[in-house]
Amino acid sequence: MTATQSPLKPKAYKSSVKPVWCPGCGHFGVLSAVTKALAHLALAREEVALVSGIGCSSRLPAYTELYGFHGVHGRALAVASGLKAARPDLTVLVAGGDGDGFSIGGNHFLHACRRNMDIAYIVMDNEVYGMTKGQASPTTAPDWTHSKLTPHGTGIPSFNPAAIALASGATFIARGFSGDPGGLTRLLVEAIQHPGFAFLQVLSPCTTFRPEQKEWKKMVHPFDEDATGNPVEAAQRIVADDGMSTGLLYRTRIPVWQPANRVSMEVSELEGGFQV
Amino acid sequence: MKRILLTGNGAAAWGARLASVDYVPAFPITPQTEIIESLAGWIDNGEMEGRLVTLESEHSMITAAGAAAATGVRVFSATSSQGLLYGMEMLYTVAGWRAPFVLVNVSRGLSAPITLEPDHNDILAARDSGFLQLHCATCQEVLDTVLLAYRLAEDEQVRLPVLVNMDGFYLSFTREPVEIPERERVERFLPAFEPGSIRFRASAPESQAVAVLGGGPYFYFRYQTHLAARNALKVYERVAEEFEALFGRRHAVVEAYCCDDAEYLFVMMGSFATKAKAAVDWLRSNGWLIGLLRPRLLRLFPEAVFRCELAGRRGVAVIDQNLSIGAGGVLHTEVTSALYGQPEAPPVLASFIGGLGGRDIAPEEFYEMAEVIRKAAETGETPPPRLLYTETELRETRKLQAIAQVERRQLGEG
Repeated sequence: MTATQSPLKPKAYKSSVKPVWCPGCGHFGVLSAVTKALAHLALAREEVALVSGIGCSSRLPAYTELYGFHGVHGRALAVASGLKAARPDLTVLVAGGDGDGFSIGGNHFLHACRRNMDIAYIVMDNEVYGMTKGQASPTTAPDWTHSKLTPHGTGIPSFNPAAIALASGATFIARGFSGDPGGLTRLLVEAIQHPGFAFLQVLSPCTTFRPEQKEWKKMVHPFDEDATGNPVEAAQRIVADDGMSTGLLYRTRIPVWQPANRVSMEVSELEGGFQV
Repeated sequence: MKRILLTGNGAAAWGARLASVDYVPAFPITPQTEIIESLAGWIDNGEMEGRLVTLESEHSMITAAGAAAATGVRVFSATSSQGLLYGMEMLYTVAGWRAPFVLVNVSRGLSAPITLEPDHNDILAARDSGFLQLHCATCQEVLDTVLLAYRLAEDEQVRLPVLVNMDGFYLSFTREPVEIPERERVERFLPAFEPGSIRFRASAPESQAVAVLGGGPYFYFRYQTHLAARNALKVYERVAEEFEALFGRRHAVVEAYCCDDAEYLFVMMGSFATKAKAAVDWLRSNGWLIGLLRPRLLRLFPEAVFRCELAGRRGVAVIDQNLSIGAGGVLHTEVTSALYGQPEAPPVLASFIGGLGGRDIAPEEFYEMAEVIRKAAETGETPPPRLLYTETELRETRKLQAIAQVERRQLGEG
C-alpha cells in the first residue's frame, strides 16, 4: 500500500483524546516521538497499527489516530504477531511498559525476539508498576524500598532487557530516552525501518512513583560506539553498560519470518508436480 | 474486641491477618492491591508473621498458592477480574490438587471492552473450577467470611480452595464500621491448620498427583472432588453456627430478609443486595409483602434452601449482575435448575440483568421489578428476561457511537 496523500504533520497522528498521564510523565515524550517518526516516514495513518497491553504506557493507542488496539495485559506482542501475520502490509508498532512486557507478558517477549516478525516493539520503561500505584517491576533495582509491597526491596536482581533480547535472537536492540525527543524519533524511525523484530527500550520516567527518575536527564549518555552486528561484542557492551546508554546497540539481518497468507501455487501447478 | 472503620479490602486483609496465614503470594491488580499492600505493611512492621512474595503474574501467583498449600501451610492470596481469569488454568488445577487455601476476589467486569468497575462475570467464570465460592455484602462479612472460608477449605470432608468475593469499588473502597475479633477467640474458632496427609515430610517423600490419567481413574478423582464440594454445605452450616456462638454474628448459607410473610422476593448476590434491602423496606412501608434472598454460597449452591424458601411465593425477581453470553443470568439459571419439578415452585421466576460494568441499580428500578413480578403473578406467566438499562443510557451510547463514526469517516477522508 502506498500513501495516497501528501505527508502528514506529526499532529495529524494525534487523536483528540487527552492523555490521563500525570504531569511530567515520560510517556508524553514517547507519544510525541511516535507521531514525529510516522510523519518523517510519511506513513499514511491507515497503514499503521499500534498495539498495546495494559498499563499507563499501554494507553498510547487511544492518543493516536492509527489503527489502535488496547489489548490484554501482557499479550500485546501476541496480538501484534497475529495482526502482522494476517496483514503484512501494515506497519505494526507495539507499545507497553516494563510490567506488561517483562513480567506478565515476559514469555511473549522471548518468542517475539526469536520469531523475528517485522514489528517494532517500544517498551516504555520506568522501572515501576504505575497504574496499580507503585510496585516493583522486573526492571526495578532489588534495593528500591519505596513500594508498600516490598518495603525492603524485592531482593531479586533486575531483568536486563537488552541482554534478554540479544539472547532471544532479537535483530535490532536500541535504547532511547523520552526526554530526548530528537534522538528518540531517530531511533523509532530506524526501528520501524528495520526489517525484522526491532526492540526499543525507552527510559521513560514515572514522576509520581519514581520522582528520582527526574534525574535521568542528567544521567543518560550515548553509547560509546556505533551499533555492532556482532552478538559477542553486543553482549560485552551490555555487561559493561550502566543501563543509561542510549542509541542503537545491535543490528543484524536475518530473514524476516512472515507466513505466506495466501495460496502461492495454483491447484493445476500443484497437480503438475505429481508424476505418475 | 474493637470496632474500626475499614474498607472491604482492609477487612479482607484483617481476615488473613487474624487467620495467621503463613504465605501470601501476591500480584497487584486494581481494585485489589490494597489487600496485599496492607498485609505487606503488617509483615514489615512485625504485626504479622508469614511471608509475602511478589510474583510476575496471577498465573504464577495462584500456582505458588496451590503449591504452598499442598505442603500443608496456610495460604492466602487476592486478585480481581482479568487476574482471576489469567489464573483460570490454575484454579482448576489447584482445586484438583485438593490444596485448601483462601483466595479473595474483588469483582470487576471482564474485557472486552475494558472496565475497572464491578460485576460478577469474573467470579462466575470460576463457578465450575472446584473452588467453593462465598459472596459478601458488607465489610464485616468480608472479614468474617475469610475466617469461615479457612474452616470450610481445611475441613477434612472438603479440602478444597475457597474464593471469597466482594464487589470492586462499591465494597473494596467503601469504609464501614467493622468489628475486629480478639485473636484468642479467633484461635479458638480457627486453630492452626492441621494438614493431615497434606504435607511434605522429609522422612517420607511422596509424589503428589504427577500421573497422567485417563478414563476410569481420571473420572474417579474428578468425581471425588465433586463429592467433596457437595459436603461443603453441611460443613459451612456447622462452622457458621460455631462462628455465631463465638462472635454473635450469623452468616447463614442464604440470608433471608423479611421473607416470612413475603409474597414476592428479590434474589441477588453481593453488596448490591444491601440496596435491595432498602427497597424492601420502602416497599413494605407502602404495603407490599416482599423480601430478599441473598445466597452467600454460590458453590456449593444451596438448592434445598432455595426450594424451601421459594415454595409458595407468588413471584420472584432474580437479579443477575452478570451475563452468560447468549444464555442470560447465571444466578437465574441456578435458581430455576434448583426448582425444576418442585410442586410448590413459584409460578413467576423473572430474570433481570443489571449492574454490568459498575452500573448502579437505582431504588426506582427495584420498585419497577417488584411491579413487573406482581403483574406477572396475576397472569401466572413469567416475563422474558429484562435489562436494567434506561432509554437515556441507550441514547448516550448511541451518541458516542455516532461521534466515533464521524471521526472514522474523517480519518478515512483525511
